[in-house]
Amino acid sequence: MADFVQLWVYLSSTPLFGLTATLVTYVSAQAFYERMQRAPWANPVLWSVVAIGAVLLITRTPYPTYFAGAQFVHVLLGPAVVALAWPLWLRRAEVRQRGVALVLAALAGGAAAAACAVGLGWALGLPDEVLRSLAPKSVTAPVAMGIAERIGGVPALSAVFAVLTGMVGALSAKYLFDLMRIDVWAVRGFALGTAAHGLGAARALQVDADAGAYAGMALGLQVLLASLLMPLVFRWLS
Amino acid sequence: MLALRGLAWLLLLQALGEALTHALSLPFPGPVVGMVLLLPSLLWAPLREPVKAAAELLLAHLSLLFVPVGVGVITHLALLSQYGLKLLLVIALSTWVGMAVTALVLRGLLRKPPAPEEAPHG
Repeated sequence: MADFVQLWVYLSSTPLFGLTATLVTYVSAQAFYERMQRAPWANPVLWSVVAIGAVLLITRTPYPTYFAGAQFVHVLLGPAVVALAWPLWLRRAEVRQRGVALVLAALAGGAAAAACAVGLGWALGLPDEVLRSLAPKSVTAPVAMGIAERIGGVPALSAVFAVLTGMVGALSAKYLFDLMRIDVWAVRGFALGTAAHGLGAARALQVDADAGAYAGMALGLQVLLASLLMPLVFRWLS
Repeated sequence: MLALRGLAWLLLLQALGEALTHALSLPFPGPVVGMVLLLPSLLWAPLREPVKAAAELLLAHLSLLFVPVGVGVITHLALLSQYGLKLLLVIALSTWVGMAVTALVLRGLLRKPPAPEEAPHG
């Protein structure tokens, strides 16, 4: 038993632990997701996060120790975001034709999400810095952190809110759009990418190629619009 | 090999994006600038096959790449339990409102206006 503990202490302190835990857990969660016919509630990111988070908490492994290994997966987010240009390229004629409609929809949806989050949070009595951190939550996490810093929020909080927003979107979009009778894949994907950024786009890519392409574009548009406009709006409000 | 060559291109464009945001102090992250740069670069045909291979590989497993950030939520459990239900309510409702508004606006704008010659005369 003592040997096992020593082995665990050794393994959990090397980068190998974080990388192995991430891949093994995700591959298992993905297999389960496939078996459940890709039902939204079986989302592989959600269950991987829950499983790994529980292991870290139970074994009292600090997050930075885990991240030392997981960062090798994390760095690939950069090139993956660049790669979102590929599905757009394949639909370039259609996207150019719909340009104005797409920008207007991104503006309306992004503003509605931010205003609703701040307004509702204010009504429920959340403190000011939490409200300011909620505003950029529909933008992908690294950008949300940058915006939060400029509008007086807490960057780390914004990252957490952005991740939770992405999960809510990925988990519930199917039910919401079915209820609203939105049946065009491009529209469903674009709305999911606008409100739920990368995690939403990841779900859209798994469901339909059109939805994925439009979700990727929506993520990019939201980054550009929110980083330009949100600081201006907050300066004007205060 | 093709996917690896594509990955090299994607990383190069991301690095170019990072360099541009720093040099011009743009409020955008490097990868998003890289994405904007990649679109016109694809006019150059030799780039297409490798980028296609790498993009298909990365985007098929995009979910995996969010796991490390997602696990980071455990570092803020104290705050989440302090405001737990309120926060969850705010986040869920505002996400649904955002999705619904985007979808309705886009659906409305994409609907083709009726052809003018069909308008009744007199």
